[in-house]
Amino acid sequence: MSKEIMLGNEAFARGAWEAGVRVISSYPGTPSTEITEAAVKYDDIYVEWAPNEKVAVETAVGAGVSGGRSMACMKHVGLNVAADPFFTAAATGVNAGTVLVVADDNGCHSSQNEQDTRFYARSAGVPMLEPSSSQECKDFLKMAFDMSEKYDTVMLVRSHTRISHSRGIVETGEQKKPELKDYVKNTAKFVALPAAAVKLHIAQEQRLKDFQADSESFDINKITVNSKKIGIITAGICYNYAVEALPEASFLKLGSVYPLPMRKIKEFAGMVDELYVIEEGQPFIEEQIRAAGIDVSGKDRFTIQGEYSANMIRKAFGKPVADHEEANDAPIRPPVLCAGCPHRALFHILHKLKKTVTGDIGCYTLGTLPPTSAMDTCLCMGGSIGMAHGFEKARGKEFGKNVVAVIGDSTFFHSGITGLINMSYNKTAGTVLILDNRTTGMTGHQDNPCTGKDIRGNEAPAVDIPALVKACGAQSVRELDPFDLEEMEKAIREECEKDVLSVIISKRPCALIVKQPGIPYVITDKCRKCKKCMEIGCPAIETRGDEVVIVPERCVGCGLCPKVCPFGAIEKSAAAGAVKEGR
Amino acid sequence: MKDMNILIVGVGGQGTLLASVILGKLALEGGYDVKLSEVHGMAQRGGSVVTHVRISEDAVGSPLIEKGEADVIVAFELLEAYRWADYLKKGGRMFINDQEINPMPVIMGAAEYPKDARPVFQSKDGVKLMDALSIAEGCGSDKAVNTVLLGALSNELPFTEEMWIGQIENTVKPKFVELNKKAFALGRRA
Repeated sequence: MSKEIMLGNEAFARGAWEAGVRVISSYPGTPSTEITEAAVKYDDIYVEWAPNEKVAVETAVGAGVSGGRSMACMKHVGLNVAADPFFTAAATGVNAGTVLVVADDNGCHSSQNEQDTRFYARSAGVPMLEPSSSQECKDFLKMAFDMSEKYDTVMLVRSHTRISHSRGIVETGEQKKPELKDYVKNTAKFVALPAAAVKLHIAQEQRLKDFQADSESFDINKITVNSKKIGIITAGICYNYAVEALPEASFLKLGSVYPLPMRKIKEFAGMVDELYVIEEGQPFIEEQIRAAGIDVSGKDRFTIQGEYSANMIRKAFGKPVADHEEANDAPIRPPVLCAGCPHRALFHILHKLKKTVTGDIGCYTLGTLPPTSAMDTCLCMGGSIGMAHGFEKARGKEFGKNVVAVIGDSTFFHSGITGLINMSYNKTAGTVLILDNRTTGMTGHQDNPCTGKDIRGNEAPAVDIPALVKACGAQSVRELDPFDLEEMEKAIREECEKDVLSVIISKRPCALIVKQPGIPYVITDKCRKCKKCMEIGCPAIETRGDEVVIVPERCVGCGLCPKVCPFGAIEKSAAAGAVKEGR
Repeated sequence: MKDMNILIVGVGGQGTLLASVILGKLALEGGYDVKLSEVHGMAQRGGSVVTHVRISEDAVGSPLIEKGEADVIVAFELLEAYRWADYLKKGGRMFINDQEINPMPVIMGAAEYPKDARPVFQSKDGVKLMDALSIAEGCGSDKAVNTVLLGALSNELPFTEEMWIGQIENTVKPKFVELNKKAFALGRRA
């Protein structure tokens, strides 16, 4: 036992280890990624990156049914992908403890929407716990494994950006690793034929009722009585904001947020004059309490959007906030493609060719932003390919010739393959660009099925992307370095004109994982100030008054800008004899 | 010290996370409660990043510092100091690395880097503009900007120099320990 500072996600990993988890399968997604990465340090857990969340959940369910405690971790939208196995596993129940940790991203720090995972708990009939600190991340996860076995159910543990990515003090415990449970063939339970499914649903309803009855006395659903004027029901991250904003209020802090301990809520309601629910997102708790006939409010003074804060709660209750200066009018600083990024070259070409680009999810979504401005849509993992197909089917072949789908290597393995098969099967002569940068970039460089390494860095079989796309039905397949601008432009023009399904693999490793030459480029006196080099949107190239300069500290020497300069005015600094000049 | 709110701001990739990890370990060693809230994911690709550090003798509630509640702001870049200045408590202190990194709208000429940022800070009480980048480079690596700034911050916190050095040794890679100790010492005395 010791005290350590842990990221919420590290605490989840610690909790999994203390609970004796044997198998963890996940797909990276901010803000959940570090749970699985942190689990790698525990040698006695089998940990893997799956190609997507559906496979990860199937793996976890399989491991649990076979008798070993198991876990799958994902971001909120990952559970959409895994919803199919999740809903049926919710009905079959488990053998050994099986837990899904799902991290929501209110405020969209790194996500395409603000969906509220609590509705999955209710919709599938799966109990959900919600921790509010790093310590609770560890403790609640351990509890979830015990509950999973006690109630014979998959469990959900809900996290949040500010829980997963906050550090706090955690008192660690010993590992208690249960023996593997016996595996006994049980088709009535694990083969969800319609006749079995009807009976499974009966059992599921009963165990939810049992869980709810027991949750009335869970220690994690805790009443703290202060002033009886205001009573607050809250959970997770909002508890932290609320105790800070309203220290005088009485609290019911919920640790289990589905099903709700309604008797305890009634008891608490009877102790206070006014009852409020403070919850980010939808009025999930509030509406259930009101439906139980209890007078409660919350969303009449709070939004369903974004993140809350202590000040938002203070203002909602008419309390003062700290004096502060007026905010300065500072220009925004959006994230950008890194210096040396392979995607920059490709988006530069797509912008020039004025293509309609159906995009996808990864670093390359930043290709949407000026100056490359070369993306029209971003829907979901793998959505680029399905949408390109839809564009052509609605608007015809001629329009389709100007449409390309852009998708990263990891995203292609995640959800792009089926879309490509559909294009082939349903005869779209489209062009798909697979941006193969040999890693999963945005989430922090995780290996994936084409990198030749597993999560522990051991060698692994690498999928051959050209062979795969040919097998899916692509009739014209090319592999090119996007930094070969002329060849790449020519390839895109040619493939778009062809009446067959084409795949261009734009292959160049992420600039952050393969060391760049490091010798910065400089702009010489041949510069005519045409600013063509500014059109690639490199963070190392700036205008200073009338001049264009390359900032040597930021230039990684990738060599893209000399290729776009029409006057040969950009040279390696050593040749120009001007190293480290121009800061 | 009863409690202390420290906001660490900068540009994704500048190493703000290391500074917060060291602060967290120090708070734990000093017997305080602490919460730190970080930015991971997309913003780390060169976007504006912020870490909230809250240290207290009592239990810390929210992991986030509100406007007007930061006792200290440590800024790795001038524009980021300017962006987050309204978070400073009245009478609070700021340590700013006097370096400009243009954001994309400025690079493209769609916005101007605020001209008044430096003069405003130069004339403001409690603000220290320092050339942490040159100090770091003098120690052998521009990556040591974070330790220079930690050195400056260290004078505001009740931890001994030995404790700071100990946590730097515990946190940075062995081959960079000496460089970072030097950077810390120069920041502390700057």
